[in-house]
Amino acid sequence: MVDKNIISEAAAASVAAETRVPKQRRNLYIILGSCLALWGLVYYWLKPAADFLTYDVFNLSASSHLGSSVAFFLYDAPKVILLLVLIIFGVGIVRSFFTPERTRQMLAGKRQFVGNIMAAGLGIVTPFCSCSACPLFIGFVETGVPLGVTFSFLIASPMINEVAVVLLYGMFGWKIALMYIVTGLVIAITAGWVIGKFKLERFIEGWVHDVNLSPSGGENSGMKFEDRVNYGLNAVREIVGKVWPYVLAGIAVGAVIHGYVPDGLLASFMGKDAWWGVPAAVLIGVPIYSNAAGVIPIVQALMEKGAALGTVLAFMMSVVAISLPEMIILRRVLKWQLLGVFIGVVALGIIIVGYLFNALL
Amino acid sequence: MNIKILGTGCARCGQLEKTTREVVKELGIDAKVEEVNDMRQIMTYNILTTPGLVINEQVVSSGKVPSKAEVTQLIVNSLAKEERTKAI
Repeated sequence: MVDKNIISEAAAASVAAETRVPKQRRNLYIILGSCLALWGLVYYWLKPAADFLTYDVFNLSASSHLGSSVAFFLYDAPKVILLLVLIIFGVGIVRSFFTPERTRQMLAGKRQFVGNIMAAGLGIVTPFCSCSACPLFIGFVETGVPLGVTFSFLIASPMINEVAVVLLYGMFGWKIALMYIVTGLVIAITAGWVIGKFKLERFIEGWVHDVNLSPSGGENSGMKFEDRVNYGLNAVREIVGKVWPYVLAGIAVGAVIHGYVPDGLLASFMGKDAWWGVPAAVLIGVPIYSNAAGVIPIVQALMEKGAALGTVLAFMMSVVAISLPEMIILRRVLKWQLLGVFIGVVALGIIIVGYLFNALL
Repeated sequence: MNIKILGTGCARCGQLEKTTREVVKELGIDAKVEEVNDMRQIMTYNILTTPGLVINEQVVSSGKVPSKAEVTQLIVNSLAKEERTKAI
């Protein structure tokens, strides 16, 4: 038999692995530490290296269009990729402590408001991809998580993702990244709370209630540190592997805008004084499906040329938070009335945030 | 052996199916691999995240794309279980 051999081999391998653990763990710490040091060194030298390449090796002038575009690209592209690798690894380690099953247990039977706040927070750290929106929705609602609380989770999770936050930090600085996180949370909490108040449970598709579920708890507390590191590395491979072309393309377009579009050109129609700027940005943003990685570098360049922060932030949030494919997936479990309320409430929240930022800054 | 891939047709689900078929082929075992796309059917397995891997009606993995080595381990474990129940 083929399989008997494989079984005994696998057993032998796992026994050998047990005895190697302490030494391996020390080595792992050393490797992780040196990777971090190397990362810091590279990050520190990026700017001088990019300037050296642009102005000395390629011999471009700092005041020329091409020179400023090239310097922008050579510095920003590797910087954002480096930040992505580090942060996604860190977030991956944190996420290995959370599973959707555990999140569900924590949220089941929670009252409105407190539940909404928890759900929005857990939405950030619980790993799940948008193609799981359906089973997740059913699994939550059918085991006693209130509808509004479930929505807080579903809104926060895609909107406040590590890729968006890293890009905001890398291209706009920590203040704007923090503002994005806080306003994103506020939108997720209030939108979920409002949806809960409307008592819209009757607009869930009927077949959802026929599903018989028991609230099983997924256990992963038995993960070893090595497993968590692996989990983080996998997250880096999966996410960075997927978004890097968008990042590069976005930064390339951003670099062209940076170098060639005259300052202030966009102020007239994307600036603060255009009252219709924010709703227009949301209307355009909702049907566009892209990840934050491609949008943020372009948006940053637009802002440099006179677009207002609130308008730009509203555009970005609507692109990331409400995506057409996810809505099509959710239509299977939600009747169109509920889907409409969901989109409407979130869009309204984003518009308010946009006006608020334009008024304040 | 009966293997099911639970998923609604996203890229990650396709990836899991490919890996599983490869492993089954390499191990040379007699197993039926099938995709389950219907949401109602998927929900009967009580999972929250796709893709899910089901071996002999037992959910062994969900919400991630396990590596080839992991899939091999999962299948081998289930084979061992099958052998044990046969022996009894």
